[in-house]
Amino acid sequence: MDSCNCIEPQWPPDDLLMKYQYISDFFIALAYFSIPLELIYFVKKSAVFPYRWVLVQFGAFIVLCGATHLINLWTFTMHSRTVAMVMATAKVFTAAVSCITALMLVHIIPDLLSVKTRELFLKNKAAELDREMGLIRTQEETGRHVRMLTHEIRSTLDRHTILKTTLVELGRTLALEECALWMPTRTGLELQLSYTLRQQNPVGYTVPIHLPVINQVFSSSHAVKISPNCPVASIHPSGKYTPGEVVAVRVPLLHLSNFQINDWPELSTKRYALMVLMLPLDSARHWHVHELELVEVVADQVAVALSHAAILEESMRARDLLMEQNVALDLARREAETAVRARNDFLAVMNHEMRTPMHAIIALSSLLQETELTPEQRLMVETILKSSNLLSTLINDVLDLSRLEDGSLQLDLGTFNLCAVFKEVLNLIKPIASVKKLHVSLNLAPDLPEYAVGDEKRLMQTILNVVGNAVKFSKDGSISITAFVAKAELLRDSQTTEFFPVPGDNHFYLRVQVKDSGIGVSPQDIPKLFTKFAQTQSTAIRNSGGGGLGLAICKRFVNLMEGHIWIESEGLGKGCTAIFMVKLGIPERLNESELAFMPKVPPNHGPTAFPGLKVLVMDENGVSRKVTKGLLVHLGCDVTMVSSSEECLRVVSNEHKVVFMDACAPGMDGYEIAVCIHEKFTKRHERPIIVALTGNTDKVTKENCMRVGMDGVILKPVSLDKMRSVLSDLLEHRVLFEAI
Amino acid sequence: MDLVKLQRQLVDYRDSLYHECFLDEQFTQLQELQDENNPDFVVEVVSLFFEDSERLLNELTKALEQQSIDFKRVDAHVHQLKGSSSSIGAQRVQKSCIAFRNYCEEQNVEGCLTCLQLVRQEYYLVKSKLEALFKLEQQILSAGGSIPI
Repeated sequence: MDSCNCIEPQWPPDDLLMKYQYISDFFIALAYFSIPLELIYFVKKSAVFPYRWVLVQFGAFIVLCGATHLINLWTFTMHSRTVAMVMATAKVFTAAVSCITALMLVHIIPDLLSVKTRELFLKNKAAELDREMGLIRTQEETGRHVRMLTHEIRSTLDRHTILKTTLVELGRTLALEECALWMPTRTGLELQLSYTLRQQNPVGYTVPIHLPVINQVFSSSHAVKISPNCPVASIHPSGKYTPGEVVAVRVPLLHLSNFQINDWPELSTKRYALMVLMLPLDSARHWHVHELELVEVVADQVAVALSHAAILEESMRARDLLMEQNVALDLARREAETAVRARNDFLAVMNHEMRTPMHAIIALSSLLQETELTPEQRLMVETILKSSNLLSTLINDVLDLSRLEDGSLQLDLGTFNLCAVFKEVLNLIKPIASVKKLHVSLNLAPDLPEYAVGDEKRLMQTILNVVGNAVKFSKDGSISITAFVAKAELLRDSQTTEFFPVPGDNHFYLRVQVKDSGIGVSPQDIPKLFTKFAQTQSTAIRNSGGGGLGLAICKRFVNLMEGHIWIESEGLGKGCTAIFMVKLGIPERLNESELAFMPKVPPNHGPTAFPGLKVLVMDENGVSRKVTKGLLVHLGCDVTMVSSSEECLRVVSNEHKVVFMDACAPGMDGYEIAVCIHEKFTKRHERPIIVALTGNTDKVTKENCMRVGMDGVILKPVSLDKMRSVLSDLLEHRVLFEAI
Repeated sequence: MDLVKLQRQLVDYRDSLYHECFLDEQFTQLQELQDENNPDFVVEVVSLFFEDSERLLNELTKALEQQSIDFKRVDAHVHQLKGSSSSIGAQRVQKSCIAFRNYCEEQNVEGCLTCLQLVRQEYYLVKSKLEALFKLEQQILSAGGSIPI
């Protein structure tokens, strides 16, 4: 009992207080032991708790505190030193852990707090994002609606469908209460309700167009909020509900004329329609900006779609009109063709009918001319012949011209001798010129090709016409004809501004100038010269005949030959020059065999056409005998000459292929010789061909010749060409009776 | 003289002959018959014509001086002359021969005599013309040129 270190209690243990302390300590210890267990249990359940070791620490702290209190139970009564030691240890540990824990908490509590604030912040953010998502989705929906709407609008070209679809889709997209379209009337002074969404049959409400609210809408390209009480918006009875917000937008009505290239429509359209959109009644909805934009976009699209529809209507109408016109034109064309055909038929028939008597007149007059006539009779017959020739030419001209105008005239192309054409013209014109004492000279350029490819007959006709005119209109003086190849520099003539000939390898341009010293042409009449049937005053006065068709026909021919013809004159009385250029082809290299087939071969260069042909010539007249011989020798024949019938009969043999005899000499009977020859050579193929050369042109001679068995009769004088053609005909056909 | 001048003179002269109907187509034909093989054809024929015509004219004169004229013979001669002149293209001679023949048929002595005069006149005219023409041609040829066509 003495010297124990235990502290003596100051006062004697109060049993009741002691008991309360004892019980409280016990329960504290219990709680202190169970809390960590709970903690451990819950921590185990949740894996995310970050501060595990803090919990451990805390647990340790609590456990130790509990232990302390538990051990305290034993200290109420006398306890041993061990218990005190344990108590002390426990307390020390508890103190240590609690201090550490306190220190720790200082660190970790701010963290825990910040976690909480972050959580709050994130929650707010999430809410905001949700809201925005909602908004975007709505907008995207709207955009999709617009696209679909536009697609619907643009997929049809029917005006009503477009407008109806617009209203329906808009109503659906924007969930509208009512949507209406007001169109301007014809007078332009009122707006008429044309389409609505809900009301099926819009009654023809009209509203004057010059209301201030309407002007406000029309003057702005945006959608404008308007009061629900204005006339355009009060179409839908709202009853006792508060009407929703109303928006109006203008729809420009574009006309075709508005689509200028550099002039965009917004400046020039004057007509608008009005689209009114009403939000649902009693809703708290307001018009959002994106919805207004949608409405404006739709309005523009509708405008374009409407104008497309209008254009289409126009073009359909135009097409129908064109089709009608087409049908009418077709009919007219067919009628015209029929008329032209009828005219051609008429012309052809008339021509034939006219030509037959003409032919009779000309033929009989010619025959008459060859008989014995008194000078007065001869004059009369010549006049008849001249007039009928003229008439025949006129008929031909008319037929030619009508064929030319049809375009049915085609050139007969062929290779021909160019120089020969000119010479022929000269020969034809010389008689008339000499009668009028006109001097005609022909000048062919040395570089003019000998042969050319073209329409010989028509070229000659042209030259003859031009030269003939020169002769016709000249009383005296001279006419000069020049022909040469047109060179490049000459082609740039001031006269021929529309004519640009291009010389090439296989063609050339022949330029012919016919200058006369006649009455000339006044400059203002020059253009008229080539028109049909037009005669200038001077020619009419001169009464020179001809229907005025000649030059017109020449012009047509020249044009067909891709050329140009014109007349230059310094005035009346100063003569005139007719110039024309035509395109002619250059023929291919001719070889000998082709030359033989040429219809006209220039006399000095022709090959021998009948080489070695044995011919017998009988003529009393020395001169004509020599001439005939010369002709035949030139053609290559082997000529034997006899001057009497006895000699002829003696010499003739079956080697001689042809016998030419002069049958008209009085006192010599060519006919007898023919009979004798027939007797001598009985076989036909042995007998030579007998041809009579005679200057007599009457029928009797011809009949006599035929009677005695002659194979042919030729009229003297014989030209080289005629002899050649006669011989070739004879040798081919063995008979030739020239029309005398 | 200048060659070109000569040639032009020839052409003009020849043209005038045609113009005045001394010559016609036939003469052109004769000229065309003249070539390398036959270089003097025209001259030969014309010379023959001259000979022949002289002879015939003499015969005609003799025949018409007779008391009783043999018109058939006269006609034959005139026919010959007509033939010759037409063969070379002496147009005026030929024409006068035709007239002569008409008178022969009518047996008109006066007419025949007049015609004979006419024919002789025409003949001498054409003869001198042709001789002048040939002289010109000779000149040109000797000057080294060629006869223009």
